[in-house]
Amino acid sequence: MTEPEPLLRTDGMSKHFRIGGGLARQTLHAVDDVSLEIGAHEIVALAGESGSGKSTIARLLARIYEPTSGEIYFSGRPLSRVKSRADQLAYRSDVPMVFQDPFSSINPVFRISHGVLRSLKLHRPELSRDERTAEAIRIFEIVGLSPAGEILNRYPHELSGGQRQRVGFAQALAMRPKLILADEPVSMLDVSIRIGLLNLMAQLRDEQGVSILYITHDIASARYVADRLIVMYAGQIAEQGAVEDVLASPRHPYTQLLLSAVPDPKAELTIGADTDRGEPPKVINPTPGCRFRFRCPVAIAACATETPKLLQLSPGHDAACHVAQSGAEVKAF
Amino acid sequence: MTHALADDRNGLASPVRGPVLEVQNLSVEYVLENKVVRAVDDVSFEVAPGEFLGIVGESGCGKSTLLFAIAQLLTPPAGVSGGTVTFKGENLVGLTEKELAAVRWRDMSVVMQSAMNALNPVTTIAAQFRDAMRAHGVTSKPEIERRSAEALRMVGIDPAHLKSYPHQLSGGMRQRAMIAMAMLFTPDLVIMDEPTSALDVVAQRSLMIQIKELQQELGFAIIFVTHDMSLVRHFSDRLMVMYAGQIAELGATRQVFDTPRHPYSSGLLDAFPSIRGPKVQLLGIPGRPPDLARPPEGCRFAPRCPRVQDRCLQAPVPLFGIDDVLVRCLRARDEVSAHD
Repeated sequence: MTEPEPLLRTDGMSKHFRIGGGLARQTLHAVDDVSLEIGAHEIVALAGESGSGKSTIARLLARIYEPTSGEIYFSGRPLSRVKSRADQLAYRSDVPMVFQDPFSSINPVFRISHGVLRSLKLHRPELSRDERTAEAIRIFEIVGLSPAGEILNRYPHELSGGQRQRVGFAQALAMRPKLILADEPVSMLDVSIRIGLLNLMAQLRDEQGVSILYITHDIASARYVADRLIVMYAGQIAEQGAVEDVLASPRHPYTQLLLSAVPDPKAELTIGADTDRGEPPKVINPTPGCRFRFRCPVAIAACATETPKLLQLSPGHDAACHVAQSGAEVKAF
Repeated sequence: MTHALADDRNGLASPVRGPVLEVQNLSVEYVLENKVVRAVDDVSFEVAPGEFLGIVGESGCGKSTLLFAIAQLLTPPAGVSGGTVTFKGENLVGLTEKELAAVRWRDMSVVMQSAMNALNPVTTIAAQFRDAMRAHGVTSKPEIERRSAEALRMVGIDPAHLKSYPHQLSGGMRQRAMIAMAMLFTPDLVIMDEPTSALDVVAQRSLMIQIKELQQELGFAIIFVTHDMSLVRHFSDRLMVMYAGQIAELGATRQVFDTPRHPYSSGLLDAFPSIRGPKVQLLGIPGRPPDLARPPEGCRFAPRCPRVQDRCLQAPVPLFGIDDVLVRCLRARDEVSAHD
């Protein structure tokens, strides 16, 4: 391999869940054959509808789930070989997670300092008690929680949603992470607060050098903060590339649908007679074929028989679509 | 295409003259042990028949409390502390539950936030529709079946799903089933509290279009509450921006979007990144809404306002009428008179 090894890479990663019992047993393919990369110092947005597998990917990368098949490599090292407690702890501090709901992800009975000091104690045992407090204050200032000393002494209910979500990022940052997995970190916040959090993510990338996997269903916020965009559909990657490339010339019909549905107050509303009203499928015992073909206005015969591979269409821009790969211009939505 | 329910309207519904809803000086207070929180403060507006009024604001701005007050669904410690809610000529404030029952659902229906979880999980859709109709005096079995099927068909769900249980439907379908239920009696006013917030963009857009189509067909008025301004941009006739329990700005949707006059309105508009055009750095609105138990003495937005002046802090700011738009901002008023 001539390319340098990315920070994190997955190779054919799949996660299947068995549902039902006895004769009704079925297999739900939550994530199927996903190969993605996250480089150093970059924000990668993972976008898709609910049920598209984006949260499952976050949990796979956080090692909450084990992949059914495929492998995850972190700095070139396969995670299936990360077994010892010390190694697992090291991975968790390299790749922490920030959750969607800032109202339930912080223990309400402890002061704000509790979580940060605890993770400092666990992940950075070399620090003394005083050093931990100093470090907590330093980190709180970085994420824009000031006066840090005062906020550390408050209880979660005394903070606003935006402040709580900053606490989430502070706790992740305390571990000196390389990659933060952020699962819909702003979707529960008020509109006026969201931008501040997105700016914080960009600042963490630029000044602290961390990478972030930003999971979202909000394409506009993905564009605002991310370097690259991965669009998921029904457990698979539909399209990926530099975020401006994908938005300027979306090649996969699903990406086109998603972009057309984004409410844009500055543009006129366009509703075609054929406006899509479908919904993403639950992928149970799938047969080969493109999973979007039932909603796709440009599907061809091959789409029903052969699962499209994710192939490069232009440098750094890949799509899994037979029609786009045939060289035809796709204009579905 | 005309639907059977649309025909019902011609025969049954009484014609409404003037506004279908008139809210005057409405205030709602939460009376707590050691403090009184005025969540809705002196709000007045009208809704015309067939109008689509959007209400936007952040959490805690009083928009949901306002809806509850209109539908008379407030429960202690919240209660209307002043003002009237006149629906089709009758003041709802102070009516008994029995009197309200005659109005609710028949003439005015409510689709609440996360309504998709409001369906009873252990009975079929048909049974829940039947209960609603029986409670309001429709007892004939064929009539119930006809209306149920028609209501589901209107929201784009195959009537075969009447036999389904809620868990057999997707989130979007459950949400549409709730809207169908609100349509059973072809109401004059449908109140919707963030009905699409649990849905994805694609499902969200399809539901918005569906709602708009239903409205055009059946002619009911809608009050649509959301925190997402861009969502109502293309659907609402008028827009009310609420801040800290008060109307900050109220006017034609187009006008509010094109020339927002209240700094909070423009702040909200600028808080959305766009997927088109050049990428610009955004700032959002720093700070947080005030504690309504101790609201600021002057303009309630002053602590967060980028254009604040000394006089904004002195006394409460009233609503000013500027070019058919109501705005609660001293500077917005002055800028207009400076042009005259």
